[in-house]
Amino acid sequence: MIPFTFARATSPEDALGLAALEGHRLLGGGTNLVDLMRKGVEHPVTLVDVTALSSDISETAQGGLLIGGATRNTALAAHPLVRTRYPVLSRAILAGASAQIRNMATVAGNILQRSRCAYFNDPAASRCNKRLPGSGCDAREGLNRYHAILGGSASCISAHPSDMCVALVALDAQVHLLGLAGARTVPLAEFYRLPGETPQIETVMAPGEIITAIELPPLPVAARSAYRKVRDRASYAFALVSVAACASVQDGVLTELRLAFGGIAPKPWRALRAEQALLGGPVTRDAVFAAMDLELAEAAPLAGNAFKLELARRTAFAVLADLTGETA
Amino acid sequence: MSRVQNAVIGSVKTVLGWMPERWLPGGTPDPLIGRHGEVGRQASRLDGPQKVQGKARFSAEVAMEGMCYAALINSPITRGRIARLDTAAAEAAPGVVLVLTHRNMPRLEIVPVMSITNMGAVGNSALPILQDDQIRYNGQVIALVLAETQEQADHAATLVGIGYEEAPARTRFEEAKSSARSLASIMVEKNQVSVGDAPRELQQAPYSVDNIYRTPGHNHAAIELHAVTTAWDGDALTLHDSTQAIAPTANALAKLFGVKREGVRVLSPFVGGGFGGKAFWDHQVVAIAAARIAARPVRLMLSREAVYRMIGGRTPTEQRVALAADHEGKFTAVVHTGYSVMPTYAVCPEQYSLGSRAAYRSKTYQFGQRHLDLDVVPNTYMRGPGESVGSFAMESAVDELAHQMAIDPIELRRRNEPDKHPLSGTAFSQRGVLEAYRMGAERFGWDQRSAQPGTRRDGEWLTGMGCATGSFPYVRMPAGAVRIHLTKGGQATVSCSAQDMGMGTSTVQSQHAADRLGLPLDAITFEMGDSDLPPAPMAGGSAQTVSIAAAIAAAADKLAGELLRLAGNASPVAGLRAGEVRLVDGSLVSLENPSRRDSFHAILSRAGREAVAVTASASAPLEMLKFAMQSMSAIFCEARVSEVTGEVRVTRLLGSFDCGTILNPKTAASQFRGGMIMGLGMALTEETLFDERSGRIMNANLADYHIPAHLDVPEIDVIWTGIPDPRSPLGARGIGEVGITGVAAAIANAVFNATGKRVRDLPLTLDKLL
Repeated sequence: MIPFTFARATSPEDALGLAALEGHRLLGGGTNLVDLMRKGVEHPVTLVDVTALSSDISETAQGGLLIGGATRNTALAAHPLVRTRYPVLSRAILAGASAQIRNMATVAGNILQRSRCAYFNDPAASRCNKRLPGSGCDAREGLNRYHAILGGSASCISAHPSDMCVALVALDAQVHLLGLAGARTVPLAEFYRLPGETPQIETVMAPGEIITAIELPPLPVAARSAYRKVRDRASYAFALVSVAACASVQDGVLTELRLAFGGIAPKPWRALRAEQALLGGPVTRDAVFAAMDLELAEAAPLAGNAFKLELARRTAFAVLADLTGETA
Repeated sequence: MSRVQNAVIGSVKTVLGWMPERWLPGGTPDPLIGRHGEVGRQASRLDGPQKVQGKARFSAEVAMEGMCYAALINSPITRGRIARLDTAAAEAAPGVVLVLTHRNMPRLEIVPVMSITNMGAVGNSALPILQDDQIRYNGQVIALVLAETQEQADHAATLVGIGYEEAPARTRFEEAKSSARSLASIMVEKNQVSVGDAPRELQQAPYSVDNIYRTPGHNHAAIELHAVTTAWDGDALTLHDSTQAIAPTANALAKLFGVKREGVRVLSPFVGGGFGGKAFWDHQVVAIAAARIAARPVRLMLSREAVYRMIGGRTPTEQRVALAADHEGKFTAVVHTGYSVMPTYAVCPEQYSLGSRAAYRSKTYQFGQRHLDLDVVPNTYMRGPGESVGSFAMESAVDELAHQMAIDPIELRRRNEPDKHPLSGTAFSQRGVLEAYRMGAERFGWDQRSAQPGTRRDGEWLTGMGCATGSFPYVRMPAGAVRIHLTKGGQATVSCSAQDMGMGTSTVQSQHAADRLGLPLDAITFEMGDSDLPPAPMAGGSAQTVSIAAAIAAAADKLAGELLRLAGNASPVAGLRAGEVRLVDGSLVSLENPSRRDSFHAILSRAGREAVAVTASASAPLEMLKFAMQSMSAIFCEARVSEVTGEVRVTRLLGSFDCGTILNPKTAASQFRGGMIMGLGMALTEETLFDERSGRIMNANLADYHIPAHLDVPEIDVIWTGIPDPRSPLGARGIGEVGITGVAAAIANAVFNATGKRVRDLPLTLDKLL
């Protein structure tokens, strides 16, 4: 590991000043960044510890929730209002990582965690356009079982690893950003950029901007929500496919639906096309598979991950059937 | 009989100084068999309190005055040479003591590699260590950086400037098959064996299966990383190592560094898991060389990534198993052949066909393994080498044939159970696998299994049951000595350089020594883990327990003789020979007339001695040559498979073992259970992701190399027949490796029973079941 200096931010403004400096990186739980430093992927000059910033979880005037960026994943998953009003979020968090990692990891850090692609994480020997723009992608023709089937590009097919964020995009979460130019709010669904030709640019954050909080809108439908994660071992493995869903049914037809996927795209994937196709109709196997075919129309599966197409369709139907009381 | 076998017998005969008739044909079984003493009792691990209190010092925890810390650089390329090497920046970095590369490494010979004909050797690789600019595999160590702190060493390692000239490498399994080698022998058996016309039987038989089974590479993942702390004092070397081979390591180091064997001390009292991965690799050599050049004590602990890159694992295999049967379900052909990787510089042939040779009676047989030369870190032994992956192929095939014939798979095995070794005709010393099946089936509830696959369900989960046979050969290592020191007060210290990788060696041998010497358990001290003690063989091949037991038995006999000599003419046991007494209740007792007895205390008091000490070597393991001996198991599995996602969850596992006398039910159950969990990992999750384009392992970490997590592991039930083996010390056979064997097949067979889908490629990941 390269030597670095360590600083502590005591306020958002403090963090903002430090974040803008050359080679400074914000440190939450360190569960990803410190690993990347050990592997030689990240080389910060200074780590700025932001865990002293807000870790409050409070109700907004509209009846939503405001979650401080430094909130630990475990604390968020365990919060009574999250468990009752947004159970999908609690379940998604608890499906991720291990208890020890969740105890350390912060909400903002989870959102900004980086690719788990083996080639991205191997600077000693592998090519990766995300790590070193223009160097090439060893995953496309290589080991790509865990990679994206949707939203990738010729330059990068890395899949976003978060579970929490899949639930957050299903819940229409907003990201509160603070920069030198002031504060702004961006929907999480629009926060991530697809790789295109610039996979090294992963979000719409401006240089020096920091995440201060996540806001959940009031969303009664979320009380009936579910998260299902499909993976290679029963715990501590990244999703091959995960599904977050909130649904309500009246008279046998879907009247409200939020559907999002993890493990299949470079960002947590909100399935708007499938939602549109399903709304107003019953949850049947045929309907869900047809809706998923629309959602996956532009999928570009590779040798190692084509199975995710069928897995995504099946898991989506199983989750929706379970949630709406249909028999699978 | 092969050349190798002749060589083994030759080497065995050379150590035949004194040999009891015990265990051999016509000899009497070990008198301790069936005795209700300390052996067989549920003793807790003697080292348990030290472990849970953090008082057990592992090799990377030993502190030395003036110690510095090492970091390694591993080659990122697979084949080629180092074209540019600039160490100036690293040498100038804060705290750096030494940068060791092929330029300043002492010129050393190749380490003698372990083999069946050279049991005293220990090397896992016949490649030079830091001797030239050549890169021979991805991960090869190319430099060591020594600094005052670990952080400084790690940092300076990033400052070494290295340029590579790449050369084409052999990295593709499929391409290498056309130039595969066929070794003359696999371990002690002839490799290519044909009995009768198996191809013709396969063609003509009313029932047959003929399929290819694949298993991926596996890597060692012991909880304790490989580590050494080492120091020179003149020509005297101390090495605190985490090793399964203490005495052989000391021997190898003395030769390698050209110093006296008496001056080399290897200490390894605690090892945090070995599984075959902790013998002798490059890291010991470079750390010791660095310590010599720097004239400082050195600590080197491998990173988890480095364990994947420089410590070999299990080779991938591609196995063909074909079985033919007549209308009665009697086998007419058993074929087991295949390919695995074994570079010319590696030692482990991954003997997957050996278990099959002793498994079933058949009219014809065909066996043979071929090995591929790839430019990879030398593959090595890993728990259940051979049988772990071999039993997956063979026992899946038996299940496939049973399904084709609509016979219960246990019944099919029963119909083909041999009454002697199928190839050699040698008698089995004891074989109770059918009894293990009977006990296991009853306890597991095998009668609840549906013969028709895909017919049991619980919601979206399809459920099924499977079973399979596991086996691992009995091995007792030649040589191996122990010293027994007995005091007048009745305290005995039993000493040898044994290794305890966590399985309870010191506990079980203390129990044994108590019974053998006729003393209570708390009167026994078992000393081990130190090359200054009488040399024990390496801990491998599930052989350590019986190997040391035989040495203790020999030393106890010698002790009896020594006590008889000291007892003198006035003793009630005067005139008796060593074979005519036993040691019981702190006394020498006549076998014929138990009223003739003399206590150790009385004998030593009369002789004016405070203590008596003897050292003796084990008898030659001739029982291995005279009898077919193996530990066996019947493994039962209940699995659930999601019809939606293809996810497999094992809900119940039962292992019913036939391994002779179980010496300590508590430590044995733990060994079996651990082996079965490793088998579960092999079945469901473990896979080294090897990029065949580059020759590089791409999941060199425990996040991406999936060993089972707690949630993957169900309750595991372990039972045993406990039938003593009349041909082994204590009636025991090995239990360390047999636990992993058969498990993957039992799980795959349960998955087939649940779904009707036969998966012949491990691991059983969900994409193969969608």
